[in-house]
Amino acid sequence: MTRIGVFVCHCGSNIARTVDVKRVAEAVGQMPNVIFSTDYMFMCSEPGQKLIQDAIREHNLDRVVVAACSPTMHFKTFSGAIQRAGLNPYLIEMANIREHCSWVHPDKAIGTEKATDIVEMAAAKTRWLEPLFPRAIGVTRRALVIGGGIAGIQAALDIANADVEVVLVERSPSIGGRMAQLDKTFPTLDCSGCILTPRMTEVAQHPNITLHTWAEVEAVRGFVGNFEVDVLHKPRYVDAAKCTGCGECLTRCPWKNFPSEFDEGMGTRPAIYRPFPQAVPNIPVIDADNCVALKSLREEPGRTKPKCGACSKFCPRQAIDLNQQPTITTEKIGAIVLANGFSLFDPTVYGEYGYGRYPDVITSIQMERLMNAAGPTGGEIRRPSDGKHPRSVVFLACIGSRDDRVGRPYCSKICCMYTAKHAIMLKEHDPHVQSFVFYMDVRAGGKGYEEFTRRAQEEYGACYVRGRVSKVYPERDHLVVMGEDTLMGMPVQVEADLVVLATGVQPQTDADRMARKLGISYDGYGFINESHPKLNPVESNTAGILLAGMTVGPKDIPESVSQASAAAAKVLGLLSQPTLLGEAMVSWVSQERCTGCFTCEAVCPFNAIDKVALRDGRQAAQINEGLCKGCGLCASACPGKVITSRGFSDQALLEQMIVLFRERELVSR
Amino acid sequence: MVTFKADQPIAGNALLSRIRDRSGVRVHDCYQCGKCSAGCPVAQFMDLMPRQIMRAIQLGQTDLVLRSSTIWLCASCHTCSVRCPMEIDVARVMDCLRHIARAERIPPAEKNIVLSHELFLESVKRLGRLYEVGLVAGLNLGTLKPFANVSDVGLPLFVRGKLNLLPTRAGGVDLKRIFAEKKRDR
Amino acid sequence: MQTYSYYPGCSLHGTAKEYDRSLNLVAGKLGFELREIADWNCCGATAAHSTNELLGLALPARNLMLAATDGRPVLAPCAMCYNRMKVAQHELQDSSKRQVVERLLGRSEKLISEKKVSWSEQVSVVSLLQALAGDGIQAAIKEAVLKPLKGLKVVCYYGCLLVRPPEIIQPDNLENPQTMDRLVALLGAEVLDWPFKTECCGGSLALARTDIVLALGRRLLGMARDVGADCIVTACPMCHSNLDTRQGQIKAKFGESFDMPIFYVTELMGLAFGFTPKELLLDKHLTDAIKIVKRDDCPERSEGSRVTHHENKD
Repeated sequence: MTRIGVFVCHCGSNIARTVDVKRVAEAVGQMPNVIFSTDYMFMCSEPGQKLIQDAIREHNLDRVVVAACSPTMHFKTFSGAIQRAGLNPYLIEMANIREHCSWVHPDKAIGTEKATDIVEMAAAKTRWLEPLFPRAIGVTRRALVIGGGIAGIQAALDIANADVEVVLVERSPSIGGRMAQLDKTFPTLDCSGCILTPRMTEVAQHPNITLHTWAEVEAVRGFVGNFEVDVLHKPRYVDAAKCTGCGECLTRCPWKNFPSEFDEGMGTRPAIYRPFPQAVPNIPVIDADNCVALKSLREEPGRTKPKCGACSKFCPRQAIDLNQQPTITTEKIGAIVLANGFSLFDPTVYGEYGYGRYPDVITSIQMERLMNAAGPTGGEIRRPSDGKHPRSVVFLACIGSRDDRVGRPYCSKICCMYTAKHAIMLKEHDPHVQSFVFYMDVRAGGKGYEEFTRRAQEEYGACYVRGRVSKVYPERDHLVVMGEDTLMGMPVQVEADLVVLATGVQPQTDADRMARKLGISYDGYGFINESHPKLNPVESNTAGILLAGMTVGPKDIPESVSQASAAAAKVLGLLSQPTLLGEAMVSWVSQERCTGCFTCEAVCPFNAIDKVALRDGRQAAQINEGLCKGCGLCASACPGKVITSRGFSDQALLEQMIVLFRERELVSR
Repeated sequence: MVTFKADQPIAGNALLSRIRDRSGVRVHDCYQCGKCSAGCPVAQFMDLMPRQIMRAIQLGQTDLVLRSSTIWLCASCHTCSVRCPMEIDVARVMDCLRHIARAERIPPAEKNIVLSHELFLESVKRLGRLYEVGLVAGLNLGTLKPFANVSDVGLPLFVRGKLNLLPTRAGGVDLKRIFAEKKRDR
Repeated sequence: MQTYSYYPGCSLHGTAKEYDRSLNLVAGKLGFELREIADWNCCGATAAHSTNELLGLALPARNLMLAATDGRPVLAPCAMCYNRMKVAQHELQDSSKRQVVERLLGRSEKLISEKKVSWSEQVSVVSLLQALAGDGIQAAIKEAVLKPLKGLKVVCYYGCLLVRPPEIIQPDNLENPQTMDRLVALLGAEVLDWPFKTECCGGSLALARTDIVLALGRRLLGMARDVGADCIVTACPMCHSNLDTRQGQIKAKFGESFDMPIFYVTELMGLAFGFTPKELLLDKHLTDAIKIVKRDDCPERSEGSRVTHHENKD
């Protein structure tokens, strides 16, 4: 006969205010097999746990019910407590009388009655709990980092320095990410390339890092410790083994005027290109959509010689290979860090600002490219319309941020800082220029940030006007910005030669597709969900997949770097052990009785059902315990009832129903 | 100076609630960005900016709002409403405030504007359609500017046959009923 | 042949006579018929909705009910009237408001029930630009153009009421509408882009606060001139009135002389279709709109201008 102990928590007044916990404990104490039933103020506390452990020993309990909060909060706490008292950690059932009861029923009479039902059902279930033993899972001691921006670079270096192999996959031709596009970084005004490129070189030269650029993650299979990742290598049309990065091909390409992605459309590049001079690897890539040679081979099947041969002809190492094909390699990986970065809001939707209609309205990232000495104007700030230096530049903050109307109510965190940076740098480039910043609030919470934004105004003369701009329009040779100085309560108009829109942070363009490939969840905007926003910011909800950087939400460089190192630490923790413990509450197929219909496989959302051949040649289902989440769909779908959901057997669930509907004929064990 | 008493509800103040009940607009959502005032074509002529009206409503400052020139100078162009990032229909709030001001018989800050509306509606009430000559005559008399708009606009229009000296009638019984009901509503 | 229930509103038989005349001539050429709604009343314009919610809804609602008896779509060329009818239709989806108005206009409801038409949903109200937007009509316009307006530089002025509020009016583009631009381009004119397509002219403040309307008008005329326009084209009698009739007052107050003709869309269409300025009542504008028609650098118009010149001599 089982000996059940019941412990009902007050949770301060969280539960006790709307549930009479003493009465619940008393009522449940009347049930057969309940040997011990009590209430306590905070079950999850040290004394609370000790109370359970003492009761187990004193009363020889072999099953425990804790009536308290949700199991997602404290299942592990109580499971660990009973384990330390000598019981199998799965011989415990938590009855949720907080989220499911005390928090939703203000009437104490109703709350108490319902809580009693819930706890009685839990007690009934415990009689059918079996000890469970998680399996050991093997671990591949290799990590994958997706994304070669500063977060990906940092994570890769931290993991590699701990002597673990890392594969770093970046889909653009070079690592470096957004930071490579920047001129200076706030608040130190360090040259971005100068602090970034040493890390990039470190990655390239690190013996433990295998770098794949111009490559994408195609598919991910498996589970923590045992992933299989297909990497698609897009053809560069340049033989990486032969190319020295001399750059001759770039000068020889006759087609030089394609819009440069790296320069955000402010400059041009040839058909064979590297995104920027310090690219890592320093191997160019051919734009297959626009290259005349490749197009001719594609569109005229009879052709033997391509229409253009300029780069091939002049390459001193004959490294051009127009016959390259995309290839897929499969990597065995133990843990994955997702650091695929972000995209920026497209301000075309604001018709009132004229982005895309008036050439002298640009975005902040475009301004960043203008400021960069390696940029399209050689570091000179010039108006796109006539190439003249602007006398007055107006910055508009919060474009695509804090705006319900465009579906972006959140704050993008970095724009106040990068705008102050631009106001300062503008003055460094041209002491005669006057900048205006139309803002709503100045958000400068980091170290040295507030002082930085004050400097822009106090030392660099930027005129900060509090108010959102309603319209930007052209008047003769300049633009007019219509705003309100809300601190003065007066409409203001500014004649601007250049208008810069501080666009907000958005998830990466295909973030949702990548999330689905990995099997991780994302929010309504497309930012990846962390396991817990406060206490677990770098883990996803899927074991073995860590997160770092903007992919989770807006943040600045120090935060991205910190998260990268934190993710790396978690990866090293996972990969430091030869085996991992799997999840014990998974499903199980009784293969002797399985007829091989595979209905379970059709309904399993996690691809956790394998088809195996038994010794007698029959095909049967086998559950991959690493992938199984214990959702129970297979168990309910199986027509032969040969699948058991461990921890949730049919008997247990039926018992709960019987108790709920008040037939108290319990089958004795 | 505005004083908030200890037992005074701000978030649910009477004016805010009345506007929400009459028009459905949540003035409470306004975060004072100023985009409405920035785009308002007549803001430069107003005593309070449209944004300040929103703030005054949030703080329950009924008198300030209903006695402003702002609510009467508003041309209902809706530029504010279509650009507001919190999707507040500012123009609708202005309409609502005008209705409240009329119902409460608050003397308007822009007497001439209200007079022109009243004369317009008087014409519609009696004749079913607008009789411009009557409107301009009434307005000029009411504002003691008998010759405003006469020689430079009125006369040229008349000479070109665009001003009907005699009114046409329409609407009959229906309009009588509408205006009678309106009188109850004020 | 499309037939519309025609709602002229208070201005089209008076201060906006040119709009009515040119519309009728153009309609004849394009093959659609206009049947004026009998006993229509004033839509209430700004005065009604600004001072009383009931008036603002009941006045246009009565016209909708009159139109519902024959079920034809309503063409309201006046942007204000069009806007008020669309807004009233939208607001009266609220059944409590609808019941008040239906009760007041009881007699017309009986008519509705006899024809089994529900006025608030089923009466289709179109603006002039919408009436001229369909593919069939656009083809007919192209065919009807006899004298393309070559060399005429035009900016299209939509004003407020043809684009806002966008949930009700549903313009093709809220900040940069193109329907009038495309239409005028079909007539052969050079349509210039300009940033004040939907800026307010001051509307009904014209009488009580003429100073405001003069300031706004000056700004609009100035921008049109700065982008190089010869004239401004509009589809709203209020905008037309504010810009056409007050250039003298603007000159007196600000010392700035614009001499910029303001056309109704249908007037330009009429000119392109071969009607004379006299037929189109262009001589009724306060700001001269005829001399631009007789310019030497518009060679296609030489024939027309001869005819016009001849008639004007009388």
